[in-house]
Amino acid sequence: MRILTGNDLKTGAVTWWTGYDWSIHVEDAVDAGDQADAILAREAAACRVNNPYAIDGEKAPDGSVRPAHIKDRIRALGPTVRPDLTLKPADPDARNWVI
Amino acid sequence: MYRYDKYDQAMVDTRVEEFRDQVRRRLEGKLDDDQFKPLRLKNGLYLQLHAYMLRVAIPYGTLNSAQMRALGAIARKYDRGYGHFTTRQNIQYNWIKLAEAPDLFADLAKVEMHAIQTSGESIRNISSDQYAGAAADELIDPRPWCEMLRQMTTFMPEFSYLPRKFKIAVIASAEDRAALRWHDFALRIVQNASGEIGFEVYAGGGMGRTPFIAYRIREFLPTSQLFSYLQAVLRVWNRHARRDNIHKQRMKILVHDLGQEEFTRQVEEAFEHFLSLAEDFPQAEYDRIAAYFAPPPFEQGLSDEIDLSDPAFAAWVDRQVIAHKAPGYAIANISLKPVGGIPGDISADQMDVVADLAERYSFDELRATHAQNLVLPHVRKADLHAVWQALVEAGLADANLDLVSDIIACPGLDYCSLANARSIPVAQKIAERFADPARQADVGELKIKISGCINACGHHHAGNIGILGVDRKGSESYQLLLGGSGDEVTTQAKIAGPGFDEDGIVDAVERAVEQYRTIREPGERFIDTYRRVGMDGFKEAIYG
Ligand code: HEM
Ligand code: SF4
Repeated sequence: MRILTGNDLKTGAVTWWTGYDWSIHVEDAVDAGDQADAILAREAAACRVNNPYAIDGEKAPDGSVRPAHIKDRIRALGPTVRPDLTLKPADPDARNWVI
Repeated sequence: MYRYDKYDQAMVDTRVEEFRDQVRRRLEGKLDDDQFKPLRLKNGLYLQLHAYMLRVAIPYGTLNSAQMRALGAIARKYDRGYGHFTTRQNIQYNWIKLAEAPDLFADLAKVEMHAIQTSGESIRNISSDQYAGAAADELIDPRPWCEMLRQMTTFMPEFSYLPRKFKIAVIASAEDRAALRWHDFALRIVQNASGEIGFEVYAGGGMGRTPFIAYRIREFLPTSQLFSYLQAVLRVWNRHARRDNIHKQRMKILVHDLGQEEFTRQVEEAFEHFLSLAEDFPQAEYDRIAAYFAPPPFEQGLSDEIDLSDPAFAAWVDRQVIAHKAPGYAIANISLKPVGGIPGDISADQMDVVADLAERYSFDELRATHAQNLVLPHVRKADLHAVWQALVEAGLADANLDLVSDIIACPGLDYCSLANARSIPVAQKIAERFADPARQADVGELKIKISGCINACGHHHAGNIGILGVDRKGSESYQLLLGGSGDEVTTQAKIAGPGFDEDGIVDAVERAVEQYRTIREPGERFIDTYRRVGMDGFKEAIYG
């Protein structure tokens, strides 16, 4: 699947395309399929997100979205060396999702 | 240290307001990303993996307590309570919000700091010896020359659109603590036979994907001709640089394509031209700048005794404290490398502690080192125990300077969008493996340097043991390099063999260290043993 990501213009936070808006939670990401390029062009012009681009994603057995490359999984969660600063500070298994 | 005059302050303040306007237009959608990106980079604001990242310049690594306190306040107010000291004596923040960046810059300007020329194709922050002005072995304080260079090269139009970044270092001792020959342009302050002070000049060094060690291009340059000479070097580079190929634009490529002799010849030719323009600064200007760096009022008649009856304190003094030029004083190194911590990271609260210590015990002065540590440059020996106690309380009293756990590591894939692999977890695992202080002491001086990609921000080419993160079919992999060094005997590390995964590289480092312990001769450091036996003496032990 193709999922769309970028960094929020104001905060720089990593964001994911949900089908109608941007979310900081990768769980909300949807498959943009063959619409990816059209959405990216429209969103780049809207200046809400910096440099949006498409990446490969996969659906985990539980149905959740997982970016295919480790770099995007670190983007989705936060630095592996500072679990306290990630989106899931209380989840001891979050790191396993990344690596 | 140097203080802004009204012109410096006006320039920096104007720049803050200019950027405020640019940010406003970006937020209003009047500038798109392509238009805005070069503007933010001119102010050191990158977009990294998780957010905007800001790199603040610490000119030649010198700062005062008000500046350190301001850096802490910025970490608290605009970031997430910490900062990261880099291998170029700067500090980076990882979680900056664009809308708040102009206020942040205004706060920096209040303490005479900025982030101009910390990115892009410009002359970057000038690095120097972290012990400048304090070291027992220096000829003169190199910082007035750093400051002269800073003033010559800031906002200078010809130097604003260089072919690529340009990094300068200046030192004034035989021992090289600033990795001189890994810079594009480097000066060592020397004295000639007739007692005159001048520069030994090096050019063409750099790390990145194509590492080169700088050549010496002049044995002695009179100080009064520095500006002409630097202009000549930049002119030759500007004229021939491969602006068509981003991987060939650094000056090191040109210097090594032309060769030492031809590059030097062209520089000397251009130098004649610039000398004829008589634009070099007058001596009075040097004297004016140098006055800012007059030594602090050291007390006379102090004792050199240190009470070492407390063994933990004695161990810290033994490792972290360095000889000072003034009797009764010492240089105290502060480790930012706790075992299991993140190399170079420091919390806002720790910044406050360090600022207080500088104010109280070190004539208000602090230094950042290229090894990602801090220094209190002028501490009375009688005050060392009090300083140490405060550092213990703040979690900053590790005694591991230049030991196996004093690892340089770039942010790697945990923070950096160019990374192939994480650097920090590897540094943490190696430090944990060698955590036992007795084991570290037995291994002795060993400089491990880790980069998360070929750009070499973590200086892996200069590591006694270097580690380079690479992407191997989508997963992290690490190459092991041996034999690099950034001191006065500069050498480039060589790749030992096939790469490893994260745990594998830690085991491989341990095998290399154990091999050194087995074959070392009395008094040899790791690098000495490597130089004696070469890669062949290590390879089998590492790869079996
Ligand atoms: C996270 C944001 C960073 C980015 C995007 C970045 C980018 C780069 C790039 C592209 C190069 C290669 C330049 C070239 O060869 O032309 C480079 C080199 C370098 N960077 Fe970084 N860097 C970052 C952080 C750091 C940090 C945190 C440090 C210090 C720990 C650092 C210190 C250096 C050094 C020492 C070099 C080698 C300079 C040389 O080639 O001589 N950088 N960086
Ligand atoms: S070496 Fe590579 S991974 Fe490390 S900070 Fe530099 S660009 Fe990023």
